[in-house]
Amino acid sequence: MDLATVIIVEILYSIAVLVLISAGLAVVFGMMRVINLAHGEFMMIGGYATIVAVNSGINIYVSMLLVAPLVVGLLGLLVERLIIRHLYGRLVDTMLATWGLSLFLVGVATMIFGNTTTGISPPIAGFSIGAYQVNGYNFFIIVAALVLLAALYAVLSGTRAGLVARGTMQRADMASALGYNPNTIYMVTFFCGSALSGLAGGILAPLVGLVPSTGGTYIAKAFITVISGGSSIIVGVLSSATLFGLVSQVFTFAVSPVVGDVALLVAAVILLRLLPQGITGRFFKGRM
Amino acid sequence: MKIQRRQFLAGSVALAAGGVLSTVPGAFAANDVKLGSVLDTSGIFDAYGKPMDMAMRLAVDEINAAGGLLGRQIDITAYDTQSEMALYTQYGQQLARRDKVDVVHGGILSASREAIRQTLRKSKVLYFYNVLYEGGVCDRNIFITGVTPAQQVEIVVPAAIKKWGPKIYILAADYNYGQITARWVQKYALENGGEAIATDFFPLDVADFGSTIAKIQAASPDIVVSALVGGAHLSFYRQWAAAGMKSKIPMASTTLGVGNEHKVLTAEEGDGILVAYNYSSEIESAANQSFLSGWTGKYGDTKLIHEIAVSNYQGVHVWAEGVRKAGSMDRDAVVSALEDGISINGPGGVVSIDPKTHHAVLDVHLMEFSGQKMKVLESFKQRQPIDTQGVCDLVANPDDNTQYEVKI
Amino acid sequence: MAKADLKHTAFVTVLAAVALLIAPSFLETYTLTILVVYGLLALSLGLIWGFGGILCFGQAAFYGLGAYTYAVAALNIGESTIPFFLGVLMPLLFAALLGAMMFYGRLSDVYLGVITLVVTLIFFKFMNATAGPEYVLGTARLGGFNGIPGFQTLNVPGDPDAYILGDAFYYFTAFVLLLVYVFVRWLIASPFGRVAVGIRENEQRIELMGYDARLRKTVLFAVGGGIAGLAGTLFASWAEIVTPGLFSLSQSAEIIIWCIVGGLGTLVGPVIGAMVLGYLKFVLGQQSVIDNTLILGLVLILFVVLLPRGIVPSLGSAFRSFQGAIRRRSRKTPRRRRRRQADV
Repeated sequence: MDLATVIIVEILYSIAVLVLISAGLAVVFGMMRVINLAHGEFMMIGGYATIVAVNSGINIYVSMLLVAPLVVGLLGLLVERLIIRHLYGRLVDTMLATWGLSLFLVGVATMIFGNTTTGISPPIAGFSIGAYQVNGYNFFIIVAALVLLAALYAVLSGTRAGLVARGTMQRADMASALGYNPNTIYMVTFFCGSALSGLAGGILAPLVGLVPSTGGTYIAKAFITVISGGSSIIVGVLSSATLFGLVSQVFTFAVSPVVGDVALLVAAVILLRLLPQGITGRFFKGRM
Repeated sequence: MKIQRRQFLAGSVALAAGGVLSTVPGAFAANDVKLGSVLDTSGIFDAYGKPMDMAMRLAVDEINAAGGLLGRQIDITAYDTQSEMALYTQYGQQLARRDKVDVVHGGILSASREAIRQTLRKSKVLYFYNVLYEGGVCDRNIFITGVTPAQQVEIVVPAAIKKWGPKIYILAADYNYGQITARWVQKYALENGGEAIATDFFPLDVADFGSTIAKIQAASPDIVVSALVGGAHLSFYRQWAAAGMKSKIPMASTTLGVGNEHKVLTAEEGDGILVAYNYSSEIESAANQSFLSGWTGKYGDTKLIHEIAVSNYQGVHVWAEGVRKAGSMDRDAVVSALEDGISINGPGGVVSIDPKTHHAVLDVHLMEFSGQKMKVLESFKQRQPIDTQGVCDLVANPDDNTQYEVKI
Repeated sequence: MAKADLKHTAFVTVLAAVALLIAPSFLETYTLTILVVYGLLALSLGLIWGFGGILCFGQAAFYGLGAYTYAVAALNIGESTIPFFLGVLMPLLFAALLGAMMFYGRLSDVYLGVITLVVTLIFFKFMNATAGPEYVLGTARLGGFNGIPGFQTLNVPGDPDAYILGDAFYYFTAFVLLLVYVFVRWLIASPFGRVAVGIRENEQRIELMGYDARLRKTVLFAVGGGIAGLAGTLFASWAEIVTPGLFSLSQSAEIIIWCIVGGLGTLVGPVIGAMVLGYLKFVLGQQSVIDNTLILGLVLILFVVLLPRGIVPSLGSAFRSFQGAIRRRSRKTPRRRRRRQADV
């Protein structure tokens, strides 16, 4: 019974991680039809920002939840102005340019931090469920993912900015005709998306050792989750994260972590073959 | 169209030619001894490769300052393989065929060694592989100065069982080294009245160990023995401590610390972990003190030094000793001299060459992590490479050229 | 093949043959061999992406599959002729299967990218997890992360002791590259190829004209997979070891970068892009001032933003406008110019 609880916590946790790592990418993809392949590196930079901030004496929660998103958001703004802006409407070209950006950022991080693994300790102690010890930080991540989704929903459905954003998402030309400058909207969106990537990187930093190439381990999963989810930001990410998190954890427990990873990938292939527009291309159409 | 294409091709040929001319290495003084080095000094393995490169350069500086080898200076030709296997093949061939070096020191991962070993053997260029590895390579052209699993496991496992109890849970990296080390742990556990109750393997990129930690608790062992490798696996120790397991189940490892991991983990995460290696900067010997001060003199501080950097340093000195004894640079003469049982006094203790296997006989120190340092608990003198000795005899079969799967 | 095409192909082939023949006086043949292999690999993606409009994020999967197939077969058979053909056939069949699954499922652009990426990742993860003794094919251990060393390298057919090594191996790979180039030119010039290019431009229109786009795309994808497999087979014989790194994302990325830098919609472009960047990588390995990845990334960004058509087509049009300025009269309409430029 205790073991079952532990397994459920692990499954929830892995769904939460998928939500966190996909949210930034999903916002940018859903709103702008831009796939940011440097997303993993944005997370990596969020992680380093957190570690540097903590090491220079800033409170760990402030570093994770404020410093990391801000740093990466500003970086995203710069990237949007310098690179992405020139490539709107050219999906493949943006993918390639951001891929180049990802290599570039890995190189820069390597030159600054070296390839040695760095990290900080999680701020929450473990506790026990029956006979089992559980990593307390896992709960923090689950809560963070829930709060994030709720906040996204609130912003998109409850605020004027959210309304404009959704409008632009559906018909950019109409939004523009109504007097909203799509340029500004895209800029703000990219800032928010990048900030979310930074947030994810910051939150995950205490759990995993950080090296400059860390981003590579996230980007594939995030990419797959977002594309499989389809164009609706919240429902899409939540549904595909749930599916993949469940599949990979069940196989990890039953067999081994490799099989868990492979199962996730196979599930993605089958899913896309059956639903070529992603989950929300077929179900929950037109939701957020 | 045609003219333009022709011009372009001509241009690109000229470009290529220009590139070549500019990269042909500067003329060596004709009489220098040429030492080739191939290491990953960039890319994901550079934490291993960079200090190895520094150690090699320090050793060469020392030899040159003492008058060189046979009255000649040593000249280094070093290539950075950027943590990519295809580049090992490329640079291995370059060292053997274009640069025509006298010896090659280098290679980090086992795959990188196998990528150049045959090329160097065919071109009759002496090869030193100075890294802790899984054992079993049997080839008269190669000398290996790192420790092998049996040398570590025969010390760390009995000590752990004596200290904590018989039930062992093994975690290992899912590749050659991990698989073989896991089998040695199982063997020594049995011989010392213990038992390996479970063994889990992890690919090198697994970074999330939540479910594994739950599984370990379900099995409730007395000891966890880890042969996890690399940056991603480091998160295991962090997650283990974060789950509050550190105070409940003690741990021993054959790999933690090789890349200076004990300095990355905090003291709370690392303290008390039991390991066995050839080197710790805490060793109190004259040879180590002079090595540390030499390193400080050249690089400022000693924080990058680790196990395999010292192996590389010792490897270069072993080779130099062999050359001095042979009195010539001729490969066969140097090999025979090295087989004659030479030894040097390195920072990790006395290193001598076992003529049957071309592996090193070394001191192995049982150590414990303590305040981000490796505290030496006990030193075991001159441990034989018993794993490779079980399968390889170059005295009887000098033409052998295989990497054996060590039988256990 | 139309007469103009024939002339054009013969011209490029002869020129390339001369360049490949004189190259050994500038560079060592073992370096040239790997550059030619890279060129072949780039050509495979240049064909399916540049002419079929199929962006494959997983060309490395076929490359690695070819190399592994060769290594495993060579260990079991001990003579290289059959393994060599298997090394081309396996990736070809696999690509056909994967292509059929994707194209008959009407997947397009991003989704295609995800699937090919995922398939490559599966290979990468699986091969990395095969270190245990239970992963054996015949006498060949898959070896996991450490890969498979010590297999028979290419030999003269029928004589396992007569290795094709060094210079001979270089001339062999160079010959293979030229042969494949001619074959691909023929394929593109054939009615099949014309329709394939039509699909790239407007799939719907081609379908309405009664052609089966799905079949054609699948065949083109399979041919690309086969050529990548051939490159992998040659790589295995050159490197004498195959490792899971062949399936890695960075390997896939590199192939795409070669094509972008060299120029899409041409065949010579990707080959030149691969050779130039491959050589650049070797040169960069001899310095340690700047991180190599950084430079590669910067090159990719700059090319996508500033020179999206790649070196070869851009040089082509720069030259033409230069030529036009000198003549002060250009009778070519811009439209015609664009089509010709896609013919390099």
